[in-house]
Amino acid sequence: MAKVTLTPTQTPTLFLEAENITPDVFAGKSAAEIAALHAFIGKTTVTLGEYFTIEGAGGETAADTTIVINGDVSRVKYIGMKMTAGEVIVNGSADMYVGGWMSGGKITVNGDIDAFAGLGMTGGELIVNGNAGNYLGAAYRGDWRGMQGGEIRVSGNAGSDVGTFMRGGTIIVGGNIDVHVGTHMEGGTIIVKGDAKTRVGGQMVKGTIYVYGDIDVMMPGFQYRNDVDLEVDGEEGHFALYEGDMGERHSKRKGEVIYGQLYMKY
Amino acid sequence: MTEYLIKNGFVYDPILGINGDKVDVAVKDGKMVDAGDVAKPTIIDAAGMTVMAAGVDVHAHVAGPKVNVGRNFRPEDKLFRGVAGTGKKRMEGGFSVPTVLRTAYLYARMGFGFSMEAAMPPLYARHTHEEIRDTPIIDQGALPVFGNNWFVLEYLKENEVENTAAYIAWLLNQTKGFGVKCVNPGGTESWGWGMNCETVDDVVPYFDVTPRQIVSGLIAADEYLGLPHCMHVHGNSLGEPGNYEITLDTLKIAEDYKPNNDFGREVVLHNTHLQFHCYGGESYASKSFESKSKEVVEYVNSVDNISYDLGVVTLDETTTMTADGPFEHHLSHMNNLKWANTDVELETGSGIVPFIYNPKTFIAGAQWAVGLECGLFIKDPMRAYITTDAPNAGPLCRYPRVYKWLMSVKARDDMLDNTLKYGDKVRERCYIGELDREISLYELAMMTRAGPAKTLGLGHMFGSLKPGLEGDVAIYPYNPETDTDDPEKIEYAFGNSAYLIKGGRMIVKEGEIVDMGNKRTFWVDAKVNENPMVERDIAEKFRRYYTVTQNNYTVEGPHYVPNPYVIEVDATR
Repeated sequence: MAKVTLTPTQTPTLFLEAENITPDVFAGKSAAEIAALHAFIGKTTVTLGEYFTIEGAGGETAADTTIVINGDVSRVKYIGMKMTAGEVIVNGSADMYVGGWMSGGKITVNGDIDAFAGLGMTGGELIVNGNAGNYLGAAYRGDWRGMQGGEIRVSGNAGSDVGTFMRGGTIIVGGNIDVHVGTHMEGGTIIVKGDAKTRVGGQMVKGTIYVYGDIDVMMPGFQYRNDVDLEVDGEEGHFALYEGDMGERHSKRKGEVIYGQLYMKY
Repeated sequence: MTEYLIKNGFVYDPILGINGDKVDVAVKDGKMVDAGDVAKPTIIDAAGMTVMAAGVDVHAHVAGPKVNVGRNFRPEDKLFRGVAGTGKKRMEGGFSVPTVLRTAYLYARMGFGFSMEAAMPPLYARHTHEEIRDTPIIDQGALPVFGNNWFVLEYLKENEVENTAAYIAWLLNQTKGFGVKCVNPGGTESWGWGMNCETVDDVVPYFDVTPRQIVSGLIAADEYLGLPHCMHVHGNSLGEPGNYEITLDTLKIAEDYKPNNDFGREVVLHNTHLQFHCYGGESYASKSFESKSKEVVEYVNSVDNISYDLGVVTLDETTTMTADGPFEHHLSHMNNLKWANTDVELETGSGIVPFIYNPKTFIAGAQWAVGLECGLFIKDPMRAYITTDAPNAGPLCRYPRVYKWLMSVKARDDMLDNTLKYGDKVRERCYIGELDREISLYELAMMTRAGPAKTLGLGHMFGSLKPGLEGDVAIYPYNPETDTDDPEKIEYAFGNSAYLIKGGRMIVKEGEIVDMGNKRTFWVDAKVNENPMVERDIAEKFRRYYTVTQNNYTVEGPHYVPNPYVIEVDATR
């Protein structure tokens, strides 16, 4: 597998919008060609070469290409946007939209990421060994198609509005989570291994949320059903099942109403 | 001013009876002239290309508050679709609800010179005109909506045509409007009471008037005034299975009326987006739903005073928006997506819902078929105009795709066989499979420029290359002799005009937009006898009900309409 290593040489004064940093774009390109790819700062167009030293070359296809970013890119947006295959490893923190609309491949961030990561993603893996920001795996502003497939795994905490309009896939947050979890959720799974605050599953239509810790204030639209023993993310646990949001529309399957499910671990 | 002489093109002009002949077309001082009347023209070589008068759009929602709400509440419609400005062009964005600039550029690329904004809420006429003002290149007018207006409901309850006409004349003047639009007559107002008008004889609560009285009275008032455009109706029960009977009932109201105008208009009723009004059956399921386009269009064929536009479903993700508030509410409960709604005090309402016409569903395929059937059953293409009710049935940019489907059986079969999941069911429940008609370029010119120009009462300005008319010419890179092998060439050519001359100015040159033109806003100033009763009613309504004063209502001055083109009508008796 071909490897391209990017080392940041300067921190942008504003933010670098670098949607070209994906295995799909790097595939088949030499270091010099990659250095010539454009990025935006505000309304100005710059090249990747002005902000990174680039070593190595892209593979024949995206699947054969690994991108390693060594250094802090917390002012670089859109890393791995729309990628379909291959791998991106960020050894540092990254800004917004990491893996936005990605459909395949794997992104690993060994640091923190900002908001809108995995936005509208349909497949692939996004691993964050650090904290994530708001709107993780959510839908683009106005859209009703949030995360639809793939997996996001955050070892630390996550911000607010995680999984808004989520329709499929899995989000696992190792730590705590801020308000508004799975709002308008219509499918998929969110696992919160720490504590949640308020508004978990508001206007949830379908899908599953697990919370291992506490929920500060429960949504009034959820009703307790029963206790269950389940295996979640490879661990056994005893859970209380709540269903909701009762204020939302719900479809029927074989005569039974399908609700959103919220499991709280004992 | 520059003179242009267009040589060697295949010219189509149904008004002059030119059907693909290679004749020279000349423009001088902003007007069409005889080819012999230009002295030192710039020559445009249109060899291998199609030449027509610029297009005229009879019905599109491209400016005004509901378009803007659509833009605001659908940021995802612009996502990844921004195109940076180059040359004289500024940035364009959006798909189903494009920015004003994209709207203008799209029309220019499609070779259009005039567009009628199909529904202007009078209270928000100022906003509508600001957007029209900011849409360069094309000439535009706007139709204020009257079908649920309290004045109209009160006058027509007593069948007071003269008072209705006086009010219309006043409102056109106040809003700088062009004609009379009527959306879900009585239904939007009924919805204020949680009801709707589902037949033409349903009574509107409180006002005690029926859709039949509203439609009939508005036609009578329109002809009383002798307006350029006829009454423009979006009937009751849009989109409901079984609504074709209501549509026929509405159309038959026109039997009592004859056109009365000085503009050469021969119809008294224009039924817009007929596709949405031609449904049989009782539900959207394939075992019940059926197309009734043949029945409705056969009725239109049997009379001579009705025109319509198609409203073809283009199977896209789009944004529906109409003054038919109850319909949008109904739609939002069908697809569970976001919904915006407004009640416009005393006048009308409006709703907006994003909608995906999914080719994997039977009903979207059937709607697609019904729209095309409306264009294929017509005997006189001068009375059937190609639209997508943009953006309701499909985005504006899809017009050329609709041409392709209408002009090619091969393209339609390809859709039925390969794109639609239930193509066979659509063939079974609709007429599309038995229609082998292919609209010719000559007929296309009728359905996209000559016809709509005539029905809008603008046949003396647009729709033909006749000397004396506006110097509006579109040249498309389509060779009618050699490009007939592949229907995709139709779609490409009619969406990428090689040249557009508008008002004598070169707007599109070799496929590039090079000039922002001299945009004009058309409105109709109708003079009527003094009518103290209507004047008193207006003052009373502003005093008692409106949240604005008349001073904040009138569209006036160069701010809103910097470059007006006023059509004067004298209806004093």
